[in-house]
Amino acid sequence: MAQTFLDSNELVLNMGPQHPSTHGVLRVILKLDGEKVTGTECVIGYLHRGVEKIAENRTYQMFAPYVDRMDYIAAVSNGLGYVLAVERLIGVEAPPRAQAARVILTELNRIASHLFWLGTHALDIGAITPLFYTLREREEVLKIFENYCGARLTTHAFRIGGLQYELYEGFEAEVTSFCDWFIPKIDEYEELLTNNRIWKERLVGVGILNATDCRRYGVTGPVLRAAGVKWDLRKAQPYSGYDQYDFEIPVGTNADTYDRYLVRMEEMRQSLRIIRQAVAAIPAGPIMAKVPKVLKPPVGEVYVSIEAPKGELGYFIVSDGTLNPYRVRVRPPSLINLQALDQMVKGALVADVVAIIGTLDIVLGEIDR
Amino acid sequence: MIRLLKKILLLDLLQGLWVTFRNQHPKHIYTEQYPIERPKVAERFRGAPRLNINPDNGETLCISCDLCAIACPENLIVVTSVRNPVTKRKDLTTFVYDTSRCMFCGLCEDACPVDALELTQDFELASYTREGLIWDRQTLEEGPKPTRYTS
Repeated sequence: MAQTFLDSNELVLNMGPQHPSTHGVLRVILKLDGEKVTGTECVIGYLHRGVEKIAENRTYQMFAPYVDRMDYIAAVSNGLGYVLAVERLIGVEAPPRAQAARVILTELNRIASHLFWLGTHALDIGAITPLFYTLREREEVLKIFENYCGARLTTHAFRIGGLQYELYEGFEAEVTSFCDWFIPKIDEYEELLTNNRIWKERLVGVGILNATDCRRYGVTGPVLRAAGVKWDLRKAQPYSGYDQYDFEIPVGTNADTYDRYLVRMEEMRQSLRIIRQAVAAIPAGPIMAKVPKVLKPPVGEVYVSIEAPKGELGYFIVSDGTLNPYRVRVRPPSLINLQALDQMVKGALVADVVAIIGTLDIVLGEIDR
Repeated sequence: MIRLLKKILLLDLLQGLWVTFRNQHPKHIYTEQYPIERPKVAERFRGAPRLNINPDNGETLCISCDLCAIACPENLIVVTSVRNPVTKRKDLTTFVYDTSRCMFCGLCEDACPVDALELTQDFELASYTREGLIWDRQTLEEGPKPTRYTS
């Protein structure tokens, strides 16, 4: 009798979809043995809006604002991926001035995305201060977006063939002053977290995903780079003139959550380097290539992928020669990275699940689309 | 030995505390007192729509070309017009803009050939009813009326 009383049974625990640490509406069904996680099952689709289907009923220009709403933390990167895919489809390349402006804005967006990740990740771990600081700095980036295109989050900054809006007066000065102001802020976050013993206890050795497993799951972005793989699409297949800029690909060694943190911090510094180079050498000239008002791409298909803040973001567009795309398939980095959650979580404690979901840097708008 | 001493003296935590202490200064406060102080939005801000009128004669600038309605991804603009027998031009009769479905992408503004339709800097679009979000020609031409919450 006493024996059965002490027996431990498998406990099934629902985490989400309203749990604040799942960064949206992700539902994770945890199978627990005491405090240990023995298995997980992700339930997604709570934020499904059918964006890919919407594309089939819109013209190419009309669909551009919708892609901003997938990864709303990095809307500019989404827009860049989409316009590059359509430009490849119709055989148009944006003028150099537009390309430089695109690089500046996407890298600013990468910083904003990483800042938001850092703040929420630290909040999940239990450090509330970084959230206030990172959101304060992110605000400055959003102000640049607002000044440039009139919206802060769902920017719709780029158009097929170039840019709609000319850079405003004082853009270069504002971006440069942001860079100067922002570098000590990164050091400040590092002071708060990098050597903090609670932060290290919670992150070092948690959620290890080595390079082989990363490749097996198709995981990209900072998660892959923290496993020591020097893979960055900006270097591997340069787009939008990234080959002109000099920057490093930060890599980690231990493939754990702490290394992913370090990689993302370094990525912010490298983004600042790219922005500085791009602002210094922004060419004059037109901002819009010749694109017909009524866009009818030739029959064909195209796959274009870019390095979004969260990993490889790909757009596969099939055109049947009409006004609307026949099919738009998005390869969202968050969805693919989330597949690895089960392996990373197995054997960890319940509290580590929150840390691991945080380190994957997922956005549910992009997973469910 | 040094590591032990560091551990006992909580140096890593004190380092972080020093950062928070530095940020205590009142000049670092970023709070906006919103209803009292309205935030200044950017010049290009895409907010409430407005249908511009010619300031000289009070007539609408809209030429009823319907391009904004065609450009809109959500099909929320409805323009109707009648052919003027004298000038052989289209005269605008009604212009309906459904702000409840609008995502402020700015495509209608870009499509307008005469700068009649414009997204303004007003951002207070709340209404108590769904019907209140569907703006007719008169509301659009009068433009946004920002609420003053304080005297």
